[in-house]
Amino acid sequence: MQQNTTLERNQPSTPRLSRLKKKFFDAPGISWESMPAAVRKFHPARKIGWCILALFAVIALFPVFFLLAGSFMGDDELKVYLGAVISGSEGYADFPLLPLYPTLRHYVEIFMDTPEFFVMFWNSMKITFGVLAGQFVVGTMAAWGFAKYQFPGKKGFFLIYMILMLMPFQVLMLSDYLVLDWMKLTDKLWGIILPGVFSAFPVFIMYRFFMEIPDSLLESAKLDGAKEWQLFYYIALPIGSSGIISAMVLGFLEYWSLIEQPMTFLKDKSLFPLSIFLPDITAISKSGFAFVASVITFLPALLVFLGGQDYLERGIMAGAVKE
Amino acid sequence: MRGSRKKSFRGLFWIMPSFLGVLVFYLLPYGDVVRRSFLGAVDEKFVGMENYRTVFGNTAFLLAVKNTLRFTAICIPALILLSLGCAVVLFRSKYGGIIKSAFLMPMALPAVSVALMWRLLFHSQGLLNQWLVHMGIAGSDWMNTKQAFWVLVFSYIWKNLGYDIVLWMAGLAGISESIYEAARVDGAGEWQCFVKITLPNLKPSLYTITVLSFLNSFKVFREAYLVAGDYPHESIYMMQHLFNNWFRSFSFDKMAAAAVVESMVLLLLILLLQKAWDSKEAAV
Repeated sequence: MQQNTTLERNQPSTPRLSRLKKKFFDAPGISWESMPAAVRKFHPARKIGWCILALFAVIALFPVFFLLAGSFMGDDELKVYLGAVISGSEGYADFPLLPLYPTLRHYVEIFMDTPEFFVMFWNSMKITFGVLAGQFVVGTMAAWGFAKYQFPGKKGFFLIYMILMLMPFQVLMLSDYLVLDWMKLTDKLWGIILPGVFSAFPVFIMYRFFMEIPDSLLESAKLDGAKEWQLFYYIALPIGSSGIISAMVLGFLEYWSLIEQPMTFLKDKSLFPLSIFLPDITAISKSGFAFVASVITFLPALLVFLGGQDYLERGIMAGAVKE
Repeated sequence: MRGSRKKSFRGLFWIMPSFLGVLVFYLLPYGDVVRRSFLGAVDEKFVGMENYRTVFGNTAFLLAVKNTLRFTAICIPALILLSLGCAVVLFRSKYGGIIKSAFLMPMALPAVSVALMWRLLFHSQGLLNQWLVHMGIAGSDWMNTKQAFWVLVFSYIWKNLGYDIVLWMAGLAGISESIYEAARVDGAGEWQCFVKITLPNLKPSLYTITVLSFLNSFKVFREAYLVAGDYPHESIYMMQHLFNNWFRSFSFDKMAAAAVVESMVLLLLILLLQKAWDSKEAAV
């Protein structure tokens, strides 16, 4: 049948197809024609599925292209396209996917004229890396303890971490404020960093990865005279490194765009991170700045995303797969 | 297994630094919140269940609860079904990786960047209306009418689709290929395989995916807040808006009572989940 030949010609290396072939064509007495109608219909259905998926993917990526394009537009071009929204002129906004007259002007402006922007960028860095560094020290130890030791009350401790991990900020908001107020840490970056360090989420992610380190390996290391901290340092950290990186990638994306905590606890504008900086777009001259600011805010997260996508996925899965 | 006493406390030593932090930053202050939920706001006198009564009689609270429930009831099933469909198509396919990356990208896009886009897209003279007008459909003022709710639904699905696809794919990867082989030899079609094998085997994943999707649903506040501010259209007035407004007016009594109520409701859900998890995994 035609379907059969097209498939074989076009994608001979698809694992699915070779599986199908192995199963159906190599088995005696079974050919494509003799397969149930449902299987034969399945390919056109998949094609439709792929078209829908591709459409979704374009929608998913659209904001990224949109922001990039806008950041390379000059004031004149932005005015033509977005005047309707920004300065209230007639008609509707419009937007091409590529700027007609690309310019770096707004990038230059942001680098030359707005030191506040760099303060915010630096605040974001301090918060994000402060939290991640703390999680790296405290969280890995806790995850290791949960993964490879038996101790009294372990189930109870673990349940506390699980519950904490699953509580949204609004539930913990007042308690967070009370303790920060008591420690005189409101309106300080430490007030954002410290609660983040003791977040239960990375412990849980790393726990799942540490669990997979075989006990026999630890036993034999112990027989060779390794001390407890050596097991942690020479076995857990290197072998569980993918778990640690997964937790860090997820943590980076979370803390880089942290909104609720800094918005609630920081009053001093010089401490604001980029994640709560919303440039106003009430004038065309400011909207160019807004685009560039959005892109620069996005860039570090994009780099982490592109570099750590595998780890990101494994981290997401670690939250779900229970085996 | 060689559980001498000395050994058993070693494990405690590993979690201690973390647990002390958890104690100081989360557990003790939460205890204080529970205490405060029974005290008056000004004089800190014991008022019994008064704060709880106030909260449950508060129209803003009821609105936020209603919106949250409505949002959850629509978004979670929609997201779970949509992501399942995508995951099944993407699973073990040649271009799955690239498309999956596209779906995950919104996770990396900070909410402030999204907000800029949303403001230009959903403005009454914005891009969406322009496209709709081209297609001959009347637009609407998306953020200031009931449509705001659907914008938020869209934001949530847009942001979380990739996350859930990855979770479903993890579930799909856990199904043994030999079951399918056996079924196919018996003449089962693709659709039958999906209904009779794939779906039942994905059931354990469903619990966790539901809970994780539910928890991520609280984060839509970010886009809602950045686009519409402290007092958005009433259809997207969420719990976080309410807590923020109470926080600004120092209504700690109401905040405390509402936090206790919400945490209890969530705790109940989590314990149900834990039970489901425990039935799969014997020991923690």
